[in-house]
Amino acid sequence: MPDKPKIALYWCASCGGCDEAVVDLAEGVLTLTDAVDIAFWPVALDGKRSDVENLADGGLLATLINGAVRNSEQEEMAHLLRAKSQYIIAFGACAHLGGIPGLANLYSSQDILSAAFNDSPTTEPDAVLPRTNTLDEMHALGLPEFRETVKTLDQVIAVDYYIPGCPPSRKVVSEALRALVSGELPDRGTVLAPNIALCEECPRKESKPEKLSLESLHRTYGIEIDPEKCLLAQGIVCLGMGTRAGCDAACIRGNMPCTGCFGPSDRVRDQGAKLLSALASSLSATETEAIDLALAELPDEVGTFYRYSLPGSLLQRALVHSK
Amino acid sequence: MPNGQEDATTVFEPRIVAFFCNWCTYLASDLAGSSRMKYPPNSCVIRLMCSGRVDPQFILNAFAHGADGVLIGGCHPGDCHYREGNYKALRRFRLLRRMLVKMGIEEERVRLEWISAAEADRVRDVIREMVGKIRELGPLKLDLVPKAEMTKAEELIHA
Repeated sequence: MPDKPKIALYWCASCGGCDEAVVDLAEGVLTLTDAVDIAFWPVALDGKRSDVENLADGGLLATLINGAVRNSEQEEMAHLLRAKSQYIIAFGACAHLGGIPGLANLYSSQDILSAAFNDSPTTEPDAVLPRTNTLDEMHALGLPEFRETVKTLDQVIAVDYYIPGCPPSRKVVSEALRALVSGELPDRGTVLAPNIALCEECPRKESKPEKLSLESLHRTYGIEIDPEKCLLAQGIVCLGMGTRAGCDAACIRGNMPCTGCFGPSDRVRDQGAKLLSALASSLSATETEAIDLALAELPDEVGTFYRYSLPGSLLQRALVHSK
Repeated sequence: MPNGQEDATTVFEPRIVAFFCNWCTYLASDLAGSSRMKYPPNSCVIRLMCSGRVDPQFILNAFAHGADGVLIGGCHPGDCHYREGNYKALRRFRLLRRMLVKMGIEEERVRLEWISAAEADRVRDVIREMVGKIRELGPLKLDLVPKAEMTKAEELIHA
């Protein structure tokens, strides 16, 4: 029997939810392991970096990498896996566009380290910051370098395909794996999910008015949400209009608004700017004071519009000067 | 700067991208030109049909491609050729500028002005002001990470 093709799964700056999304395939994992051998998957299987190093270049059919890239070890592993893989697939919102860890790009790395190791109420004010090299009496100890900027995977290595979502839905994962195993892959660089806005597959689509004219915005805790009606029409910041479909509107079925984790469709370059544009257009106010008043319920613009996509956006990060 | 070293070549020349609507501000800038008004040559004017056509992506893209400031010019409230495009522009502008400030970009780098077809002097004055202000602020120093290219070795093993 010829050897089955090998694949690997790896994680960078991520929460583990993307690996969980693979486990969530349930019996689908068996279909996957029928078709391929999982050669390396640190979250679920014992394995060492040398196992990857010992593979031939191109010895892996594909590697699914989740997580953003924010330290030197992640960069090294990404380069190593690129060399060993015929296809690299950015798996999930963080690898795709930077994800939640990407919001660290609002700060300098120094501010982040200070917040975690000095300024937090539970740390000693003169705590030692992590450093790349420590020499104690007997040993030289090393830690990866914490980079200034969180990057998307494709800012570090060339990426062949993207599977979006936080986490990717079972549907898009199974479909992508089926395409990979059967070799029926679309053009390189494709995002493996429907190229339409979430509103198109939203169960509340019919209740979305032709033209929105919102007088005010509401935060989810400040209003009793009608479980049938279009959330945006209720004044809730639901981002389905600027977000790619493929999740079957899971959040909206839970009566919560879309927060944009699937990234934009191909027609949009910068999801945050487009979402901002769509939301501002949906307001009715025409005078500066009234506009600012309506926007008062939106205190965190970057965190709302770029929740999953700041490193992959046009500006990529904030311009900050360390304290 | 030490005395005597400052000359014309060391003065920072801001790059300003100006999105002007076809019906008002673009005509005003045309009038400024045909009236031989003098103002700094730092703006690159892009004519759009309406200030409501200015997608915030255009503004961020201008910054990402080296603009130090972005100016949007539209018709006065009530005068929009398409009735309410300028109100839409105002709403987007208020929200975008708030967000840009949180991204560390000074609010003076993006400006929205209502300038009618007759107000050529206003075009001149606004661009003069903006060039002066941005010259004080200095260049917008974005440090963008490009997408990674596939190396030759990677291309060979790529299926």
